[in-house]
Amino acid sequence: MFSDVGTQHYLILSAVLFSIGVMGVLIKRNPIVIFMCVELMLNAVNVTFVALGRHFGQINGQMYVIFALAVAAAEVSVGLGIIVAIFRSRETIDINEVNLMKF
Amino acid sequence: MSGESVGFWILSLISVFSAIMMIVTKNPVRSALNLVITFLCVAVFYILMSAQFLAAVQVIVYAGAIMVLFLFVIMLLNLGSPEALIEKGTIQKPIAVGLGIFFVVLLIWSQALITLPQAESRAEVTQFQGTVEAIGLSLFNPKLPWLFPFEITSILLLVAVIGAIVMAKRKV
Repeated sequence: MFSDVGTQHYLILSAVLFSIGVMGVLIKRNPIVIFMCVELMLNAVNVTFVALGRHFGQINGQMYVIFALAVAAAEVSVGLGIIVAIFRSRETIDINEVNLMKF
Repeated sequence: MSGESVGFWILSLISVFSAIMMIVTKNPVRSALNLVITFLCVAVFYILMSAQFLAAVQVIVYAGAIMVLFLFVIMLLNLGSPEALIEKGTIQKPIAVGLGIFFVVLLIWSQALITLPQAESRAEVTQFQGTVEAIGLSLFNPKLPWLFPFEITSILLLVAVIGAIVMAKRKV
C-alpha cells in the first residue's frame, strides 16, 4: 500500500477532499466559507479528471480541467458579487436569516 | 519507495489536514489560508501526475486570483468579530458529519468494487502530455472538439464580468 502510488490512490484522495467539502457546505453558516468548500469540491473533481486522464494516456482530462477552471473563476466572481449585494441590502449574510427563497 | 510515493503521502496528509482545518476553524480568514495550502498541495499533485501546465495555472488562478478575491470580500464586508457567525450547538452539525463520513465510505467502497481497465500507455507517453506545447496543440486543433468551447469560454467570462459589476454596484 505504501510502496506504489497509482490512479486508485488519487481517486480515494479526491473522494476524501470532496467529502470534506460536502461536510463544510452542510456545517458552515458563513456563505463565504461555503463558497470556499465548493471550490474545494471542484478541486477534488479536477484531481479525478487529471488522474483518470493520465491513467488512460489521454489529454482529455486536462482539457476538462482547464474549462472547469474558467467556469469556477466566473462562478466565484458572480457569487461573491451576490454576497456583497445581499450584505448591502440586509446587513447580514447569515444563511439562516437570508431565507426568502426557502420553501 | 519512489519519489512520487513519498511526495504523494506527505502532501495528501497535509492537504486533508488543512481541508479539515478549513471547516473546523471559526475565522473566515484562517479558512481561506488553509484553503490556499490545500490548493498548493493540489498543484503539486498535478506535477506528480505530469500535468505541469495545470499546476502553474492552479497556482496562478486558484491560489492567486480566486483566494485574493475571497480575502478581499472578507475584508470588504468587515463582519467584525467572528463571534457574529459562530455556529450554535444545533443538531445539524453531528448529522452533517455523520452523513459526510457515510459519503466518503460510500465513495471509497464504490472504488473498491470496480477495477479500472489497465491502459496501454503509461509514463513514456504521458510524460510530455501536460506541457504547454501539448495542451496548446490539442486546444487549438480544429479537428479536436476543444476549440469551440474555448471560444465560448470568452463569452462566459464576459458575462461573469458584467454580472459581477451589475451585482456589486450601488444603485444609481
